[in-house]
Amino acid sequence: MENVTSLLTVNNLTKKFGGVQALTGVSFTVEAGEILGLIGPNGAGKTTCFNLINGLIPPTAGSIMMAGRELLGLPPYHRAARGLARTFQNIQLFGGMTVQENILTGNHLSQKVGILQALLPLPKVRRAQAQAAGRALELLRLVGLEGKGDLPADSLAYGDQRRLEIGRALALGPQLLLLDEPAAGLNPRETEDLMVLLEELRRLGITLLVIEHDMTLVMGLCDRIVVLDHGEVIAAGPPREIRRDPRVIEAYLGKEEE
Amino acid sequence: MTAYLLHLAILAGIYIILTVSLNLIIGYAGQVSLGHAAFYGIGAYASALVALHWHFPFPLAALSAMLAAGVCGMALGLPTLRLKEDYLAIVTLGFGVIMDLVFLNLEITGGPDGLAGIPSPALFGLSFRPTGRYLIIVAVAVILVLLVTWRLVESYHGRALRAIRDHEITAQVMGINTPAYKVVIFTLAAALAGLAGSLYAHYITFINPESFGLHTSILILAMVVLGGMGSIVGSVAGAVILTALPELLREFRSYQDLVYGALLVGLLILRPEGLLGKGKLSLKFLQRES
Ligand SMILES: Nc1ncnc2c1ncn2[C@@H]1O[C@H](COP(=O)(O)OP(=O)(O)OP(=O)(O)O)[C@@H](O)[C@H]1O
Ligand SMILES: [Mg+2]
Repeated sequence: MENVTSLLTVNNLTKKFGGVQALTGVSFTVEAGEILGLIGPNGAGKTTCFNLINGLIPPTAGSIMMAGRELLGLPPYHRAARGLARTFQNIQLFGGMTVQENILTGNHLSQKVGILQALLPLPKVRRAQAQAAGRALELLRLVGLEGKGDLPADSLAYGDQRRLEIGRALALGPQLLLLDEPAAGLNPRETEDLMVLLEELRRLGITLLVIEHDMTLVMGLCDRIVVLDHGEVIAAGPPREIRRDPRVIEAYLGKEEE
Repeated sequence: MTAYLLHLAILAGIYIILTVSLNLIIGYAGQVSLGHAAFYGIGAYASALVALHWHFPFPLAALSAMLAAGVCGMALGLPTLRLKEDYLAIVTLGFGVIMDLVFLNLEITGGPDGLAGIPSPALFGLSFRPTGRYLIIVAVAVILVLLVTWRLVESYHGRALRAIRDHEITAQVMGINTPAYKVVIFTLAAALAGLAGSLYAHYITFINPESFGLHTSILILAMVVLGGMGSIVGSVAGAVILTALPELLREFRSYQDLVYGALLVGLLILRPEGLLGKGKLSLKFLQRES
């Protein structure tokens, strides 16, 4: 049986897109407090895996449990309420909003002000607003965007946009954060900063599931790694084992790394 | 002359309510709705009918109008808003056409002749029939509507709507219950259009299906697009300009279309944010209106 204490248990997850078999019987767990790497060559099915965990698309078969409860059938916003947050491979900020407002969307679940209440100038409403603004400021500081809160989100430099996506996801107060290639497009210095930030998140008790092609980051940061190839798990274990695994070297490292 | 200006002011006020409410759907929640005049008509007929048959006083008739239009909005929105936005455009367009036929063919709505003798509001024996007095009612309604919509869009609910407009999927990932929001906002907007219908019916005291057809839906849409998606002040401006413009241009009748069209294009260029992401809509509206 599945280990009920795992934060996330993915069991036999399968996804077909028409004729394309994107995932076949994928099973793995994410333990509370760890950083789990999800790697694999392009098209291996990593993002598809996130989309399924997240509820953006339904699986063909399989189950996804979070903290012992089934997630399947729940829409993404109910999964968010269960403590699940994510960032996207292709950055998806709310372009019509400022940096701070993007973060504030993450406070949505914790605000308990109804539509009718929001219409009235109640102290409760003002307090909730002030609280949310304070939290947004803290998060901006955490992800290194202090002082940029009032800029339009889409005016940010690429690296800052990636940070903002992380900040916005953190505003949900997640237990589990899914990061889809957070280092993509970052220069080595920015990648180092990112690693520091992810370590900080671990210290804050947030469990991370990270898709990443940057091997320095993956090997340096992850407690365990799951390797996907052609939609199947071909290896799982700590970085030093994965690095030596012949199947992984053949499927992934051999092709991807120079 | 003054009476005529007061008349225009009342019409502008009614259009402000229609435009602001449609902007909640289109400009804030990012959903395309092409049949707003249907809710305007439902409100007008509902209000007229309860006043004529059951002698409801105006405030109660206006509430009935909001309720009737709101319920219809919800009934339309619930099944439709889960689908992609193209469906809402088609469904609302179809709904507009159907309601037009309903108004035209039902016995209770008076068919093509419509309903006459709709009572003017009165309070403690004071009639609000005179245009100047009716303007007070409209002004109060406009101020209330503006206050409610302004508070709403400035609240975090407004931010949720804009998140849905920018990226619906991402909004869901951020914990925003997008179907619920879309239905609520669509229902609210329909109810406000119903209020506008009530204000119109008890002002004109005579209504027929002509006022609530596709042409009116497109005019309201034009006011939203002109004023600017997601801008309440813009909607007020759009409604006022497109109410006044045809009147101002009346003396240049032979050039009216030309001047009208040129002014619209000029305004759209000066307010490009009015077109944000909705270029197709604005084109459609230019073809119709100029
Ligand atoms: N919505 C979709 N419809 C059809 N096929 C899809 C869809 N999404 C993904 N696929 C296919 O599923 C397979 C896995 O894609 P996925 O995006 O999950 O890979 P990935 O591991 O994230 O790759 P990358 O490293 O390039 O991001 C690919 O063959 C892709 O073409
Ligand atoms: Mg991917």
